[in-house]
Amino acid sequence: MADHVPAHGAHPRQSFLRRYVFSTDHKVIGLQYLVTSMAMALVGGLLVMLMRMQLAWPHSSWPLLGKLFPVGMEGGLMKPEFYLSLMTMHGTIMVFFVVSLALLGGFGNFLIPLQIGARDMAFPFLNMLSFWIMVPACLVMLGSFLVEGGAAAAGWTAYPPLSAIAEAIPGSQMGQTWWIVGMALFIASFTMGGLNYVTTILNMRTKGMSLMRMPITIWSLFLASLLGLLAFPPLTAAAVMLLMDRHAGTSFFLPSGLFFGNKLMEHSGGTPLLWQHLFWFLGHPEVYVLILPALGITLEMLPVFTRKPLFGYRMTVYSLVTISFLGMIVWGHHMYVSGMSPYVGEIFAIGTLTITLPSAIVGMNMLASLWGGLLRLRTPMLFSIGSIVFFGTGGFGGIFLGNATSDIQLHDTYFVVGHFHLMIGGVTLMAIFAGCYYWFPKMFGRMMNEKLGKLHFWLTMPAFYGIFLAMHYIGLAGTPRRYFNFERYEFLANIREPQVWITIAAFLLFIGQFLFLGNFFASIFRGRPAPVNPWEAATLEWTTPSPAPHGNWEGEIPEVHRWAYDYNVPGASSDCTAQSVPAQSVPVTL
Amino acid sequence: MQQTTTENMPRPTWDGGASPFGATWRKLMIWWFIITDGLLFAGFLAAYGFLRLAAGGWPDRSLMFHLDFIALMTFTLITSSATMATAVGAAKQGNRKLALRFLLLTMVGAFAFLGMQAYEWHTLIGQGATLSHNPWGPAAFGACFFLITGFHGTHVLTGALILTITAIRTAKGITQAEGVEMAGLYWHFVDLVWVFIFTLFYLV
Repeated sequence: MADHVPAHGAHPRQSFLRRYVFSTDHKVIGLQYLVTSMAMALVGGLLVMLMRMQLAWPHSSWPLLGKLFPVGMEGGLMKPEFYLSLMTMHGTIMVFFVVSLALLGGFGNFLIPLQIGARDMAFPFLNMLSFWIMVPACLVMLGSFLVEGGAAAAGWTAYPPLSAIAEAIPGSQMGQTWWIVGMALFIASFTMGGLNYVTTILNMRTKGMSLMRMPITIWSLFLASLLGLLAFPPLTAAAVMLLMDRHAGTSFFLPSGLFFGNKLMEHSGGTPLLWQHLFWFLGHPEVYVLILPALGITLEMLPVFTRKPLFGYRMTVYSLVTISFLGMIVWGHHMYVSGMSPYVGEIFAIGTLTITLPSAIVGMNMLASLWGGLLRLRTPMLFSIGSIVFFGTGGFGGIFLGNATSDIQLHDTYFVVGHFHLMIGGVTLMAIFAGCYYWFPKMFGRMMNEKLGKLHFWLTMPAFYGIFLAMHYIGLAGTPRRYFNFERYEFLANIREPQVWITIAAFLLFIGQFLFLGNFFASIFRGRPAPVNPWEAATLEWTTPSPAPHGNWEGEIPEVHRWAYDYNVPGASSDCTAQSVPAQSVPVTL
Repeated sequence: MQQTTTENMPRPTWDGGASPFGATWRKLMIWWFIITDGLLFAGFLAAYGFLRLAAGGWPDRSLMFHLDFIALMTFTLITSSATMATAVGAAKQGNRKLALRFLLLTMVGAFAFLGMQAYEWHTLIGQGATLSHNPWGPAAFGACFFLITGFHGTHVLTGALILTITAIRTAKGITQAEGVEMAGLYWHFVDLVWVFIFTLFYLV
């Protein structure tokens, strides 16, 4: 199948626009996604810095910010509705426009053809289109801050009636409509990308690359794309109905008797619970869309930096498949406090707790992969270990939240905030960094600075852990989430000091990321030139020059004769046997 | 589905290169697309069921619709599926003329269905039904009806355009058998969705 797209290496150089802007090369598109996600991460990070300032020093006035946000922070004091806008946009941007973008758009595009041995994606033009629909999606989201009433303020979950009625909150005026339009563009772009990834992985593998020989990253990207493809359409349907409720006078999500701004609403017959079901039917698989590729990248690092085969490859693949399947049918555990029948809640709780089994298998395989290895603590490995740590800690929190009995106590507290940030913030962020440091040589032909990388890790990891572990505790103490000020609650007097510490850690975390950005962009031009295979890894992308040429391999596409993790095979001349080495030279272990 | 794959994919399945499904990547993507699009309608129809249960009562459809007219609509659409299947079969045998003839017949069915749906909408709106109002009972019925049949109508329109393009390209000899088959897959999907809509809105 390798031959249907001709090698482009010999073609004349294309114009700048065709090569770097409207490129159909999966590697360029991957980098475009990655850089876009970095820009969006800066915005998402800045938003949360403002929130943390408000939470730590609620009565302070910030005249400079008052000039920057004349409506939201009039006179330098933050308005509650502005805080809610910040929170909504932080969540939306980070979940959809940072982590999804970096992991699926960035690494998905860059890695899939390189690791399965294909010249490009199945549909290169569709791939380009997918990116250029993502750009307006980002712009619409960011632009929503500038419309009347400000950006959407109903949370990233956009629950009606708050999100459906313009009078409910300033952010529910045009800001919410822009949010829906931005999400629609995002979904269109994601669907194009996802169709492309799934088709490419199924149909474009090189000779010998059977499904059970694919690198674990490819498995995780495959499952994540599949989940996204299956889960996003019902959200599209819900978004269309929300748009109709807002602008066409329908009442899909609005019951009768709603009272806003001293006015009785005319709506009747709908139910906000419908939105919650449709939203979480996407929303829960979406967290697996984020975390599966992160786990895949984490697992990918382990054999390379321990010099031994990945432990339990097959069990890990089966577990990831099981997690994906179960992840589709447990959305109700986000709705335990919505008044659902305890029997229904019980079914969702059993399903959710069942996910701990395959998750624990993946976690144990990670630890067993580390066990007895010859650890090379390079920067990607540090971040990979960080990811395992977050996966473990965050996972324990999940047991409490998946269980209806304890969730009802914890649901509206910072315990939830701490939990999901460790999982879909921490695990994913660590994996994205690990992936950036690891594949940077293949992207740009240069290495990132190792010392700065390690410093970046030691700034990121403790700060991140400090913030979100502390949030578990203030959550257990009863701190409710989504409040912009806790001063009025006597029982929360003793969380004021931790709030300040969390804010300081958040500042440190944010500042630390500039080390990464500086390292990344400076290394593109000044980094040490990278050899073909700097980490001595066995997967296919390391058999082609760094950076990989257009068409990925200059000559024939390599054939695959073994799985991706043949390390320290008895009788081999080196401790790592590339997937393309024939069975006659080195025995095949899987 | 198995036939067309072998010409550009010599290697056996499940071994890299070819696919576990034995389909070319173009057809594979159409299938995945149909699944995602099907889930879009699943979302809408689940919402319809949810709202209908929440509403308590539901209008008497025999008062609202002329069911024999709806049956004619359905018959037209199902027949167009049959003509489409014949077109695909003819294209596979390399009989371009026959394929083109049946593609044109399918298009007639598609546009006839769209015309009938426009007539039905026109009648209902004339009697006072809107997105937020329904003279026969719960307003939710009007909202669901116009939204979901509207979405389906848009799909029929898209399908009719795809059929038109396929017909032109078949006449010119550009489209191969697989192209006709892919247009057919989408067309059958659109028809299948109508079966669900017909059942849930008019019969049950």
